[in-house]
Amino acid sequence: MSQEDILAGLAAIVNEVAGIPAENVQMEKSFVDDLDVDSLSMVEVVMACEDKFGVTIPDTEVKNLNTVADAVNFIAANK
Amino acid sequence: MSRTVVVTGLGATTPLGGDVASTWEGLLAGRSGITILEDPKFAELPVRIAAPVKVDPSEKLEAHEIRRMDRSQQLALIAAREAWADAAIDSVDPTRLGVAVATGVGGAISLMEQYDILKERGASRVSPMTVPMLMPNGPAAVVGLELGAQAGVHTPVSACASGAEAIGYGAEMIRTGRADVVVCGGTEGCIHPLTIAAFAAMRALSTRHDNAAGASRPFDRDRDGFVMAEGAAIVVLESEEFAKARGAKIYATYGGQGLAADAHHIAQPEPEGRGVILAMNRALADADLSTKDIFHINAHATSTPAGDVAESKAIRKVLGADADHAPVTAVKGATGHLLGGAGSLAAIGSILALRDRKVPPVANTVNLDEGVEVDVVLGAPRDLPAGDLAALSNSFGFGGHDVVLAFRSN
Repeated sequence: MSQEDILAGLAAIVNEVAGIPAENVQMEKSFVDDLDVDSLSMVEVVMACEDKFGVTIPDTEVKNLNTVADAVNFIAANK
Repeated sequence: MSRTVVVTGLGATTPLGGDVASTWEGLLAGRSGITILEDPKFAELPVRIAAPVKVDPSEKLEAHEIRRMDRSQQLALIAAREAWADAAIDSVDPTRLGVAVATGVGGAISLMEQYDILKERGASRVSPMTVPMLMPNGPAAVVGLELGAQAGVHTPVSACASGAEAIGYGAEMIRTGRADVVVCGGTEGCIHPLTIAAFAAMRALSTRHDNAAGASRPFDRDRDGFVMAEGAAIVVLESEEFAKARGAKIYATYGGQGLAADAHHIAQPEPEGRGVILAMNRALADADLSTKDIFHINAHATSTPAGDVAESKAIRKVLGADADHAPVTAVKGATGHLLGGAGSLAAIGSILALRDRKVPPVANTVNLDEGVEVDVVLGAPRDLPAGDLAALSNSFGFGGHDVVLAFRSN
């Protein structure tokens, strides 16, 4: 799965969970500061990513996922 | 300090329609919003009759709003948005804006859905929104967050009287000076196999499967139980001073409330109407009204064998000969029983009856039961006279809660 595919999948999840337009979910965007994804929504995003991409994202790792790029790179490296 | 409170906004989503106008039109027409539940998940139940909302929340809310809120919260938010838009308040100090939105059952569907997920997929898949969705103050919180209300956000819980109690609570916030504007009412969204099975186990529900639309018939000789419904009804209350200063349209004046408890049984109404009579008299006193002023009563009457006749006797006992000029209706023939939303829907019925000088008929009811000693409106709407009128709205709940609201025409 390419980085573009992961980004598209992640954008669809963020759209579904938080109502953010998928096109706004870009690599450099911060989940909290730019996309207004609160901590509860982030838990939902993580759960949906685990289901969609077949990865496990431990709680200890979630706090390092500040930007969309952080999440895409983590998923690419761990799936 | 006691200030006059007026009604300036109405919102509802009910089995008759997705807003107040369609709901009121359905009530006046005596239309039924009750149906057979066709979903296979209800197939094995002893009761498959209910009254879902006419307009599904998914038609009015965004997908991400739906997934973050319990159904009771979705319905409350839809009704609150309509009521708020209707009141058309351009600006209010957020510290003077309050919310009192009640539910009888709360987020039961969310709780059960998440328990299914826990069993099937484990704790790691339980939604982080579970607690906000199941907590009974969730609907009030959702409305309060939407409006930025800081004067206080409250949730009185008294089963099927909750929606009325919330309006009384909201009015007291204004009367006592805690707020200038309060958005208040009730909601319910818990049509689920378990809740239906549970009410059916109490033998409380109608089993009229051969005529589901006619299953709810308050005061009728052949009534056989209530019908579970869902929906929300929300009103905007303001201090008269605040409303007049901004030139608001005023539907009616809030008169007062009467609260009492049966102290009799967890689910059965007290047969002599002791608590009902106490609450009605207290509402009259709180509103500074006499029985001569009452020209309409929106009864609680749910279509159960035990409750309706007892309520009619209580009305007659309180009003005496003045009950002759107080036509009685019950919205539940048309809408079924909105549980936590019922009291505020009945209040909206009373408010609109005063505004339009028209009392809707009790849908489905044909033959008044023996012992019904009041003037129940059947068949067609009844016109009310001109002049200053007042109306009462009765709401009672399992646990023996009695809540009566009084409104005056404007």
